[in-house]
Amino acid sequence: MMSFQHIVFFAFSAILVFAATMVVTIRNPVKAALYLVLSFFTAAALWILLQAEFLAIILVLVYVGAVMVLFLFVVMMLDVNLARLREGFGEYLAIGLLVAVLLLLEMILILSSGDFGTAHMTAPAALAADESNTRALGILLYTDYLYTFEIAGLVLLVAIVAAIALAMRKRKDTKFQDPSKQVRVNRDDRVRIVKMKSGK
Amino acid sequence: MNTMNLSLALPEIFVAFMACLILVVDLFLSTRQRIFIYFLAQVTLIGAAVLTVQGMTSNSVTVFSGMFIHDAMSDILKLAIYLIVFIVFAYSRDYIRERNMFRGEFFVLALFAMTGMMVMISAAHLLSLYMGLELLSLCLYAMVALQRDSGKATEAAMKYFVLGAIASGLLLYGMSMLYGVTGDLSIVAVKQKIATMSPDDIILIFGLVFIVAALAFKLGVVPFHMWVPDVYHGAPTAVALFVSTAPKVAGFAIFMRLLVGGLIDMSPSWQDMLIVLAILSMGIGNLVAIAQTNIKRMLAYSGIAHMGFFLLGILSVSKTGYTASMFYILVYAFMTLGAFGMVILMSRHGFEAENIEDFKGLNQRNSWYALLMLLLMISMAGVPPTLGFYAKLMVIQSVIDTGMVWLAVVSVLFAVIGAFYYLRIIKLMYFDDAKDHSPIHASMDMRILISFNALILIAGVLYKPFIDSFVGICKVAIAGLS
Repeated sequence: MMSFQHIVFFAFSAILVFAATMVVTIRNPVKAALYLVLSFFTAAALWILLQAEFLAIILVLVYVGAVMVLFLFVVMMLDVNLARLREGFGEYLAIGLLVAVLLLLEMILILSSGDFGTAHMTAPAALAADESNTRALGILLYTDYLYTFEIAGLVLLVAIVAAIALAMRKRKDTKFQDPSKQVRVNRDDRVRIVKMKSGK
Repeated sequence: MNTMNLSLALPEIFVAFMACLILVVDLFLSTRQRIFIYFLAQVTLIGAAVLTVQGMTSNSVTVFSGMFIHDAMSDILKLAIYLIVFIVFAYSRDYIRERNMFRGEFFVLALFAMTGMMVMISAAHLLSLYMGLELLSLCLYAMVALQRDSGKATEAAMKYFVLGAIASGLLLYGMSMLYGVTGDLSIVAVKQKIATMSPDDIILIFGLVFIVAALAFKLGVVPFHMWVPDVYHGAPTAVALFVSTAPKVAGFAIFMRLLVGGLIDMSPSWQDMLIVLAILSMGIGNLVAIAQTNIKRMLAYSGIAHMGFFLLGILSVSKTGYTASMFYILVYAFMTLGAFGMVILMSRHGFEAENIEDFKGLNQRNSWYALLMLLLMISMAGVPPTLGFYAKLMVIQSVIDTGMVWLAVVSVLFAVIGAFYYLRIIKLMYFDDAKDHSPIHASMDMRILISFNALILIAGVLYKPFIDSFVGICKVAIAGLS
């Protein structure tokens, strides 16, 4: 007997799988990015079903709201040449397929081994109405996993340092703003009053 | 306060803090004052060593919710890494200054990489082990590409990055399988769970295969070695010096933590895998090294062969074997420091001593440096009486103790083949005429350090108490493991 929850779950799952498939198969990168937005959104809906409201809201706010918009900007500005990206696709298709099939076989072997499945997992107890997701996440991140959380911070710092060290170049003709000069500017630097004879 | 004892991780915190400080201080220094950064980086290493020595204990303590382990092995390996990085900085200083790479980033990235290694050495949890590995790898990719205008360096960094990312993926895939079966990420808990299971469980075996493949990649073992020659060749020599030494010591630590610490009940399975890897590495490493004309590539293949020998100790699955491997990896690190140090020494502004030919007639140019290179080469080849010989003897002894005499015979055969290309350099230095008669300049500290570096390889064996205490330290480290 399908409950309402089941119906919601299957509906959102179907949309999610469809959107995810479209992300990798569609040719137009802008449309692919939009389908990615759709898949994030449906995934957020599934998380709400799992009572993980905080994560769901963060997913929508951060990924849909910020990251994907940035992604869209990049896709639109870079004007990626897809034809060039697809070059050599056929050449590596055989080896790619071989690896994919092997990985698939391994996954089937593992998942059919009987070590996984609902029998091995007891269903979690229903949460109280005032259960705080944020608090639970906070305890996990800042107490239990504090050490790895800090290392993750260092990894991000290294990513910034490395990106700047590798990509930033100072050239003579680089255009940049100097705010201290901008605020110290006075009228005479910018405006030149020219006296002209009035024509008739 | 058992779960949150910050004081045990004080060296890590100090190094990370100082790296951030150097990052900021670097902004306010002009090119001429930049030498200050170098001293700050060296002070960081000395400070970390002082903190580590002060916090030394013989019993093992786990903190940060079981993520961080502090025991005798972690202290000793960390001290070894400080010393290695100290020498790397000292050798690199003039080299990177002459090539416009003397920027704060070099030292900052190296210090962050060192933090990553320290995290790996003290990892008691799959998550912290992985994070430490990523922190290390990310810094190394960036350091290889640091010479932005060199096409070779960029290509090497790109290869390293792509292959390294795949290896990290393999490691995660393997870890996820372990987690799927055992339901825990803590290495102790994984071990306890596996003890109750059949070691032939298909998922465990799959997970193990992925983990061993990823570790073999990170260490540069055949058939996962393709990146090693390209990276050593393409990277600036100062970076190759760093990549080829300190991370290998951290690699030893993850073998010990993960395979020996967590998956010991599956040792029959990983022993077979490591035997194949070790034979392939010793064989292909030594054979291909003969064909190299570039000394950095030759050292890369020699490093691959050395990693094969290093695995012999681990695959013995015994405390003597682990001790031998630890001894081997430390001796390897110091031999490689010396060898790349000589390459740096021979290079000068606008000239890279990359080819084996550049060592021709070194004896006529400077007989002291020729003698040092001779010592380094015979130690790498494993000729007695050097530390390199002693290290090879220990790993082969441990293999014989487990009854695999055939493996010992194979490894000795490959060691003999390997001696050829080390001896060729000696022949070039002593029996050929020099083409290039330009004098070899080096700063005083570099000359003292490299002399010390090479002489210890022979003096260490001749002076009995030194080698006894060296082996003793390795024994203490391994004995402290649970």
